[in-house]
Amino acid sequence: MAFEIPRIPLAEWCDIALDWATEHFSGVTRAISAVIGTGIEEITDFLVGLPPWLVIIAFGLLIWRLTTARIALFSMLGFAFLWNLELWRATMQSLVLVLVSTLFALAIGIPIGIGAALSKRFWRVVAPALDMMQTMPSFVYLIPAIPFFGLGAVSACFATIVFAMPPTIRLTALGILETPSQLVEAADAFGSSRWQKLFKVQLPLAIPTIMAGINQTIMLALSMVVIAAMIGAGGLGGEVWKAIQRLEAGQGFQAGIAIVVLAVILDRITQHIARHMRRDREGV
Amino acid sequence: MTEKRPRIRVHGLTKIFGDEAGAALSLLQAGQNRADILKATGAVVGLQDVSFDVDEGEILIVMGLSGSGKSTCLRCINRLIEPTAGSVLVDDTDVTALSERDLMELRRTRFGMVFQQFALFPHRTILKNVEYGLEIQGVAADRRRDKALAAIETVGLKGWDQHYPSQLSGGMQQRAGLARALALDPDVLLMDEAFSALDPLIRRDMQQELVALQRRLKKTIVFVSHDLDEAIALGGRIVLMKDGRAVQQGTAADFLANPADEYVRRFVEHIDVLGVVTAGDAMRQPAAVKAWHSTAAEALASLTQSGEPVMTVVCHEGRFQGTVDAATLRGAGETELRLLLSDREAFVSGTATLNEAVAKLAAGRGEIAVIGPTGELAGVIANADLVAALARRRSETAH
Repeated sequence: MAFEIPRIPLAEWCDIALDWATEHFSGVTRAISAVIGTGIEEITDFLVGLPPWLVIIAFGLLIWRLTTARIALFSMLGFAFLWNLELWRATMQSLVLVLVSTLFALAIGIPIGIGAALSKRFWRVVAPALDMMQTMPSFVYLIPAIPFFGLGAVSACFATIVFAMPPTIRLTALGILETPSQLVEAADAFGSSRWQKLFKVQLPLAIPTIMAGINQTIMLALSMVVIAAMIGAGGLGGEVWKAIQRLEAGQGFQAGIAIVVLAVILDRITQHIARHMRRDREGV
Repeated sequence: MTEKRPRIRVHGLTKIFGDEAGAALSLLQAGQNRADILKATGAVVGLQDVSFDVDEGEILIVMGLSGSGKSTCLRCINRLIEPTAGSVLVDDTDVTALSERDLMELRRTRFGMVFQQFALFPHRTILKNVEYGLEIQGVAADRRRDKALAAIETVGLKGWDQHYPSQLSGGMQQRAGLARALALDPDVLLMDEAFSALDPLIRRDMQQELVALQRRLKKTIVFVSHDLDEAIALGGRIVLMKDGRAVQQGTAADFLANPADEYVRRFVEHIDVLGVVTAGDAMRQPAAVKAWHSTAAEALASLTQSGEPVMTVVCHEGRFQGTVDAATLRGAGETELRLLLSDREAFVSGTATLNEAVAKLAAGRGEIAVIGPTGELAGVIANADLVAALARRRSETAH
């Protein structure tokens, strides 16, 4: 007779935990969902409601202000191309989803990153959680997201935030920790308090590194676009998803290329800002 | 006269780095040496029972090679490094006993610090860097700006306030570092190898400027340096450190004359003697001196007999007036010396270094006068005396 080692009921535990959380919190999360969902819809509707050429010009001007004329021109061409492919609505949906998710990821991630840099104990809790967030297949986040936030953009947004936040947390913490020790010492020598040191020396010096984190977060958020489409987030991911279901290779590639174009535009802009800040800090 | 009280008193300062500091401290107090303590506990003795005073308005130089504990010592004064034992008193405040909060307050108002690698904040303009300490104190923006601009002008950086540190040369960056410390108008300046990262020429300029500034500002300065020439240029008292201990305190000339041990002797061996020995040390009594109403004939006789290269002339009160050489005296008959005077500048003060004396000797006729504080003739130095003085020092320092 062999001893049978019973299977650890991991799945059941996860279910129990999720059921409990759903029971207690879904009221709140559904309410949040309604607000955010409406917000995302409103913004998307607003952008789609405007004539595309006007949006393209407005984006161009904004990007020109933030970066260079070259990048602005390139971005305008990219958006015009997407318009030409008749993917304008999908592009706007994806863009709004990515930007809203990124904003949330930053709002949550930067304070966590700061905390992780300031407290070694906190970092020991956060670090394994980050590893898990990033290695867990991102599909998995979608399943619990639905009972909390319902089908649609908000669940997609939630899954995207969880998946895309780790680089911001990591690089915020790294940026603060890599403040040259002599500058920390100088701040101390002049009697700075912990917060003065953080806000006057460490954070400003960490901004280029944090920007690199933001860039990665945006890229990860964009990579979630297709996956998010599986729970009805629509957008360019939805186009890809449709193409897969109908086995339309051409349509699939078209939407895929559109995602690449959007990715390149966002990457160029954030990279340029990050590089520009680094140069500012370190001199020519 | 009231007794002059030291501004900073460092007493029995000991710093042990490592987890086993407590155990190491008892071993140290039991008389064990650094190497044994390291082997027994893994703790490194950084400072061992260092005591010194710094007077108001004094530049004290803490000197030693790298690893001697000099920077640790400086950082214990404002507790950037927490001392393991001993006390630091600034005026009547025991810095080592302060709470975090009081320590912060003390650092804000009493100490200015200047760093070896400047440690300017790269994301702030020079003005914003210099304002930093005031900003931390919560000084209003316009007063802060005025004070910072004044400090920037003091260090000679006027017009550079809107530049970023990376746009400035090393020397200018360190001026900004000095301005940042001065803007607070602190009682105590802590300078950690402040000029060591600069080019030699700039370094010398900065040393001279610091001395000139100090004459005006009269701060109490603790200056850490590994460079004996720098210590001499700054002209203060020196605490010489070795292996975490203060081996000797005194002026460079004291170190030369009475080295406490072989280490000190070797440390000062290559000292620039000309920069340390004073004209007063090297002078001798003149053999040919005449008052200025004496006649040329008298003077010529006396000069020929004395063997001096020139006749030194003084007034009735004994103040140095100038020199006359033999060629001028010859054929001048009964003319009074005061009408024949030349080289009225051929003198140095008794406290001047031989460097100055050499320059004067090179420009003159083989002999210069050494004068006291009121201009009275104290002695003379001829070329041969200079050589003799140098030879004397050589033999003293080489055993």
